[in-house]
Amino acid sequence: MAEFETPALKPYPEIPPIEIGSMAHSKPYVAKEDLQQKIGFPGELIDNWEKVAIDKMGELVNGSRALRVFLDSCVKCGACTDKCHYYLGTSDPNNMPVARQDLFRSVYRRYYTLAGKYLPGLVGARDMDQSVIDEWYSYFHQCSQCRRCSVYCPYGIDTAEISMAAREIMDTIGVGQKYCNEIIGKAQTIGNNLGLPQPALADTLEGLEEDIEEETGVTVRMPLDVKGADVLLVTPSADFFAEPHVDGLIGYAKVFHQAGMSWTLSSYASEAANFGMFIGSYENMQVLALRIREAALELGVKRIIFGECGHAWRVAYNFLDTLAGPFDFLDRNYPMPQHICEVTYDLLQRKALRMDPSANDDMVLTFHDSCNIARGSRMGDFEGGQFVIPREVIKASCNHFVDMPADTVKEATFCCGGGGGLLTDDLVELRVKGALPRMEALQQVVEQHGVTHLAAICAICKSQFSKILPYYGFEMDQVVSIHQLVSNAIQLGGEH
Amino acid sequence: MSLLTIAFTLLFYFATATIVAGLVYRIRLYAVTPTPLRIPTTPAPITTQGVVRRMFFEVTLFNSLFKSNKWIWLFGWVFHAALLFVLLRHLRYFTDPVWSWVALIQPIGSYAAFAMVAGLAGLWARRFLVDRVRYISSLSDHLMLALLVAIGLTGLGMKYVAHTDIVAVKAFFLGLMYFDWQPMPSDLLLCLHLLLVALLMIIFPFSKLLHAPGVFFSPTRNQIDNPREKRHVPTRKSAPVKQAG
Repeated sequence: MAEFETPALKPYPEIPPIEIGSMAHSKPYVAKEDLQQKIGFPGELIDNWEKVAIDKMGELVNGSRALRVFLDSCVKCGACTDKCHYYLGTSDPNNMPVARQDLFRSVYRRYYTLAGKYLPGLVGARDMDQSVIDEWYSYFHQCSQCRRCSVYCPYGIDTAEISMAAREIMDTIGVGQKYCNEIIGKAQTIGNNLGLPQPALADTLEGLEEDIEEETGVTVRMPLDVKGADVLLVTPSADFFAEPHVDGLIGYAKVFHQAGMSWTLSSYASEAANFGMFIGSYENMQVLALRIREAALELGVKRIIFGECGHAWRVAYNFLDTLAGPFDFLDRNYPMPQHICEVTYDLLQRKALRMDPSANDDMVLTFHDSCNIARGSRMGDFEGGQFVIPREVIKASCNHFVDMPADTVKEATFCCGGGGGLLTDDLVELRVKGALPRMEALQQVVEQHGVTHLAAICAICKSQFSKILPYYGFEMDQVVSIHQLVSNAIQLGGEH
Repeated sequence: MSLLTIAFTLLFYFATATIVAGLVYRIRLYAVTPTPLRIPTTPAPITTQGVVRRMFFEVTLFNSLFKSNKWIWLFGWVFHAALLFVLLRHLRYFTDPVWSWVALIQPIGSYAAFAMVAGLAGLWARRFLVDRVRYISSLSDHLMLALLVAIGLTGLGMKYVAHTDIVAVKAFFLGLMYFDWQPMPSDLLLCLHLLLVALLMIIFPFSKLLHAPGVFFSPTRNQIDNPREKRHVPTRKSAPVKQAG
């Protein structure tokens, strides 16, 4: 891997001048034959790939109003050009959302519009060839599908939709990304992205129960595959072992414990994340979604609750009912699905949790809104609940909270730099550079308000920050889970 | 009938047929293309009424653009608002007697043309001055602006520099509408103005001008954020793939 320099944190964020091709070398590892075939794609670049790719493009556009409208509507106004964290961090103009879309749009125009067919030079249309696929492979793996551009586009054009389509076309002709496709395969056969089989999972949970008992003197259960439980908790598998994720999982267990809720995890559906979305594959996304439905039916639960994960919540909140519904067999007095933060927030509102926020007095916290929660879903029953509820949970758990600058939070939040299927070591340069806007915002509240910790609500954000915080002079353990704060503050014992 | 009259008569019938048929075709395509999943950009309204409000402010005030970039918003909004008045003002060439409210806005419309050209000039300047916008501009983006500016300038020329015979112009267009063809005045500025307008009408349904109907169909803006209350039924039918030409 090429050496690279971590960008300097500037006191005031600047829009960099363009540097053509500065990230053209960034490419993730290509998926090998077996990984591709396992999830229904050709093992390697097929013979007549140009035609197949073009036909697939037509099929996707015919099947998606979003794609069709987005490809037609862009007027190249430039509103999005300074909105992508990857552009701000790399200066590569192909990381401007409109330019990224144009890598796709130029080919679409050539084959599916009159202007592009007869006057390609005029409208910037180009033939599908190897150089196109090379560019696509590089730059559609420099989009974390965070949707920040779609907030600012006057027509709501969402580059994520175009990235997903491009990745699906590439998969269809046999050019897949190793990281995503390997994970999808594992989740579809074993049940989670890490490939943890049932015995390993059971062992891990038992260990966590012991840890909690040792620390608090209270027996808090972490049930697995318990039939007849009320709640099925589906959480990203990183919660089972990674730091600080696992502290969040302990927090969920403590909340359920104190609320007296009957719950279980499932070894069959031991993964909330759904990387099928990242590669734009409806079918693969559906396979993973159906596992959750099957687990819920098998265990006979009444509710499904999701743990802290960004894109998982988008898939759960917006897509799950469509992909695997209807969920008539659940208790419809509860929202389907529910987010763990909603559950904790409701319990806090009802004073059902005993909290001592001074337990977190060693920290001054700020909160990183995850893209897929901020711009792709909601919490609670009111517009913008996804911004209010996590903050209220944090504030109930600690005494010192301060938000980062307004143009970097809520709907304007910057991606952590590792979302959208890019959280892999072969893309570390991209991940470090893409984190620049978030790091600058963090730096600002560190200097002005003495912030010590960044609370996150997404498994990918947490892993990404743990990895890249040190590049910017922070410590890797300055990122914490929201339910880690809850876990610290909740006062167990004496409730039964 | 002069050759000029015949040419412009045919041209405007062709241009009108093209823009109407082209837009009907395109809008129908937007309407029938399925929406497999629910993808509003959140926070999004949770009621139909809310979505109507969001869309209304999006298309009248360019809300998202305002959040995004004040210069583009200023130039873009001024251009579009001015264009609206200019178009409404032109209704006087197509109505007899002229509707009273059209008569009322004539003075605004006359000055709006300056604002329209100024807005376009601002947008065009960005294509040269801002390196990011320069990078994403293709030849067609410049030509589109050139076309609109030329239409504005030829119009202004007839209003303020070399008056054209607007009574004859009106007779020509009323003649087109009622199939009672009248001579086209042979005024160079007018011919140029009308030629460019016809050209704009013809390319409208094949170009980025489709953003006008497109915005109403944008799923990130027009979908209601209520997936837990109302199941989004997947519509995934695939029409046969059709390539251009």
